[in-house]
Parts: sequence; structure tokens; C-alpha cells
Amino acid sequence: MSATRSLAPTAPRKRLRPGRIVTGSVRLLGLALLTALALSMMIPFLWMMATSLKTNAEAFTVPPTFLPTQFRWENYEFLFTRAPFGRYLINSLIVTGTTVFGQLLVCSMAAYAFARLSWMGRDSIFIAYLATMMIPFQVTLIPTYLIVRSFGWLDTYWGLIVPGLGSAYGVFLLRQSFLAVPRDLQDAARIDGASEWQIYWRIFMPLVSPTLATLGVFTFMGTWTDLLWPLLVVSGGNRDMRTLELGLAYFQAGFPGWFQTNWPQVMAGALVVLAPVVLVYILAQRYFVRGINLTGIKG
Amino acid sequence: MTSATVRLPLVRPSLWRRFWSRWNEKEGYVFILPSLILLLVFTFAPLVFSLYLSLHRWTVPSPLDAPYVGTANYEFVLEDRFFWRAMRNSMYYAVLAVPVGMAVSLAIAVILNQRLPGVNIFRALFFLPVISSWVAVSVIWLYLLEPQTGLINQFLLNAFKLRGPNWLGDPSLAMITVVMVATWKNMGFSMVIWLAGLQGIPLDLYDAAEVDGASRWQQFRYVTLPMLAPTTAFLSITGVIGALQVFTPIWVMTKGGPIGATDVIVYRIFVKAFQEFNFGVAAAMSWLLFVVIFTLTVAQLFYQKRHIERTFG
Repeated sequence: MSATRSLAPTAPRKRLRPGRIVTGSVRLLGLALLTALALSMMIPFLWMMATSLKTNAEAFTVPPTFLPTQFRWENYEFLFTRAPFGRYLINSLIVTGTTVFGQLLVCSMAAYAFARLSWMGRDSIFIAYLATMMIPFQVTLIPTYLIVRSFGWLDTYWGLIVPGLGSAYGVFLLRQSFLAVPRDLQDAARIDGASEWQIYWRIFMPLVSPTLATLGVFTFMGTWTDLLWPLLVVSGGNRDMRTLELGLAYFQAGFPGWFQTNWPQVMAGALVVLAPVVLVYILAQRYFVRGINLTGIKG
Repeated sequence: MTSATVRLPLVRPSLWRRFWSRWNEKEGYVFILPSLILLLVFTFAPLVFSLYLSLHRWTVPSPLDAPYVGTANYEFVLEDRFFWRAMRNSMYYAVLAVPVGMAVSLAIAVILNQRLPGVNIFRALFFLPVISSWVAVSVIWLYLLEPQTGLINQFLLNAFKLRGPNWLGDPSLAMITVVMVATWKNMGFSMVIWLAGLQGIPLDLYDAAEVDGASRWQQFRYVTLPMLAPTTAFLSITGVIGALQVFTPIWVMTKGGPIGATDVIVYRIFVKAFQEFNFGVAAAMSWLLFVVIFTLTVAQLFYQKRHIERTFG
């Protein structure tokens, strides 16, 4: 049987049996439906972009118009001059960047220890790591907050970054990758007198760079778009330490000087929040597909 | 020379043995240390601490004053009508979101699997809401769903002469609206998973079914669906777990309202802990939620396992 036959043959077949529709038109219908749905995915974002360049009055014209009469770039200017979005952006960059880099480092070191080093208690501790992956976040949320508070880390970068570094999931993924590296490389390096750190850093890490990239991309996404943890760590009135996600949420709720929500500015803020994530997505698309496949749910 | 003075083993250990003996014990500990400390401090300690919290009346900043109250927090929660309301809302959300999300994304995946042109573009477009931040998405939909002037109701008015409802302000509609937004956002992810599962189905099965005279619908029911059982299991289990943990869209769009219609469990825990500062009760609630999630997951695993065993033998 040819494996290249698709499910829907293009030519209509001669059939006397009822219930067999001309498959060509079914494909067309499918394509039309898909396009309609894909549009429904895009339209909110397109509308957001168009609205961000309108005035507040224009955003509510009845009936609604898509394009603004004039491109109001000052909405974006407002975000960065009068509203603290510049600060929010810097915070998000610092928090996300440090978390990604830190997690890659910490998790790969642990994964190397599990995969390629032998030490007492290794396997039992690894099982404990696996167990932590099953704990839902809301159980540890409040105590983690209290611990962070007792460290004095509220409203600091420490509090925002450090709790997210110990990802058992990352260790698990990287351990799988390290295990796939042939032992000969390691033995050869050891015979040559390399230290474990050198073996880890110069041989193993470059070899698992696809997995590192995948983990990095997912960590970036998760940290950039995280709301709950920054919401807890940063106290309500503190505008300086908010990340972009948090800042946008508060911004939408109200801003000094507004009579009512200035939707175009809020939409502009949404675009600022979304742009880096979409950019990373476009550039690193294959790592997303890889990441989903790594969860191993094929069939 | 007596044997008591011979200390060295009679046979020199091979090169191999010396390599793989405890030689990297020290390095092992050094490499694992950062991750281990972080996990201990920020996962294990909180886990234990959470249990401790739930058994004490902790409403003051200082830990030393919290009296031990045994199961009183749990009893309070089980009698709290707000807790039960939140449970009902969470279940309502899960029952709506999971099947609908899975069905719609499956339909799209089936269509997409037909080797239509531009599959990659479609996949990328459908994935766009998935990677977007929840806050941005919630904010955009808040704007679109404005009852008087939002795009959705304006469209309904101009195209169909229908007066659209107050999507987020009507208590009977609010949860459905949140579910719709969540489905819109997550559809792409489920679709990609379905696609992977669909592509694992051997085409011979379809050919055999056609030879046996099966219609397209019958092929779907008797070939596609059973072969997708593992994927279905994965999506329904992770779907239920995710649905019971939803928080951000609620916090941004409805703040649990109107009149508590969208007050879900995690939101209630958040309110209890960070607005009422009753950490003990909030911890108890989170453990109860954990029990619910755990039970549902195990139940689903059991059911799916039996189901899959029947299909695949």
C-alpha cells in the first residue's frame, strides 16, 4: 500500500453507493472553513493593532471603522513617556533574560550530574525530582510567597527570578538529551585528563544545543507571560518593579489622568507585550514543534 | 609473612573499574547543588510548609503566633458556601471548556490533515493566540466584547440586526464568555497535538475500511477515533488539570464577578490569601483542590487505560 496517498483523493470516484460526495468539493469546503477560522484567529490581533493608532473617540465610533483616520503614534509615545512601560519593559527583560540563562545553566548542570556522573543517592534523588513535577502550582504558591517574603525579597528582582530557576522539568528534558550522547566522547576526554566541568561545558553542552534552545524558548515564553507570580511578589502600589504583563493589567484597570479607559493606549500596550513573544515565535518556530514532540504524546 | 599484613588486593583493579568507581562523587554533588538547593527551598519546603499552614490559624505576619488548629481550616472550607460556589464554577468551566475545545480543535486538525495547501501557514496562525500572553489577550477581548460599542456586538447589530448581550456583565453568560475566549486561545495547541496523533495513523487502515465499504463518517468513527485514543487521553487529562487551575483571564476580565459567576477555585484561593490574608484557610483550599485534581486524573487514567487496552489489545 502506498503511504503517499492522502486521505482524500483528488479525482471524484465512480461510485454507485450513496453517501459518497464528490471529494473535490469537500476539500474546498474544508479550505473555506479553515480560512474562516484562521481569520477569526487573526482579526482580534489586527483589530488591536488598528485600534492602537486611533483616538479614544475613534475607537468607539458606531458603526466601527477599521482604519484610523490618522495614525496616532503618540499613543505609543504616551506609553513610554507618561506611563512607565519603559520601566516595565526593562523589568521584563531583566527577569526573563536572567531566568532563561539561569535555568539553562542550573538545569543542565543537574542534568549532567544525573546523566553522566555517578554519585551516591543519584537515582533516588532523581525520582524525587520527577515527583515534584506532579505538584500543581497552587499548593506551593502561598508558602513560596511567605518564604520569599521572609527573605525580604518582595518587590525585588531576586523574588521575581530565583523561585523560577529550579525547574525539574528542565532537568528531566536535558537529562534525556545528555543520555543520548555517546559515552566514548566522555571516556576519551577523561583519558585526556579533562575535568568534569570541561567535559560538561565544552563537549556536552554544544551537543545538546537544540534541546537547550527548545528549553530556552519555552522558558522565555513562560516567564515573559507569567502574571500570577509577579502579581504576588510586587505589591500593588509599586509601579517600578512590575513586569510588562502585570503593568498592562494594572494599566487597563486605570491610569491617573484618564476619565475612562483609554482603549487605544491599552491596545498599544498589548502590542508592546505581544511583540517580543511573537518575534521569538516566528524566529524559533521549529523549537516549538520540537518542544511539543518532546513531551512524547505522538500516538 | 602472614596474610594479616597484606593490605593491597591481590589483583590490581582494571582501568575500567578505576574510572567508574566513586571518582566523580565530588563533582556529582557540585553539579547538582544549585538545582537541588533551589528545589529544596522553593518546591519541597513550600510543599511541607503548605501542609503545616493548612493546620494552623495563620492570619498574622509572624509565624510564631499561629496556633495549631488541626482540621479546623478544612472544616471551615467545607462549610464555606463561597468555596462550594467556586468549586461549582470551576467544574462548570471544565465541563464546558474541555470537550468543546477538544472537539473544535479535532475538527480543524482533521481538515488540516487533508494535505491542503498552506498547512504551515494555517498552523502558525492558529498557534498565534496560544503563545500570546493571557493579559494581552484578555485585554483585547475586553475591548471587543464591550456591550455597546465593542466589535462583536457592533458586528451582530450591523450584519444580523441582533442586539448582542452583555457578554461579561451578565451572570448567566459570563462564564460561557470566558470559556469562549479560553477556547479561542488554546485551540491551536490542542490542534497541533491532534495533528501529531492523526499523522500517526497508518493509512492502510483507511484503505481497508474503504474496501469494506465504510463511508467517510464511518471511517472517522471506527478508524480515526479509536486510533486517537492515547491523544484523547492526554488532551482530556491535561485539559481538566488546566481548566481547574485557570486564573489570569478571570482576574483580568471579570475579577470573579459578576456576582461571583466566574469565581473559580484558584481565584478564591488568591482572594483568601492575598486580600483576606487568611493563609491557613487558603492553604487548606489549595490542598482540597489538589485532591480533586488528583482524583479526577487517576480516574481518567484508569478509564483511558482500560479503553486503550480494549482498542489496541
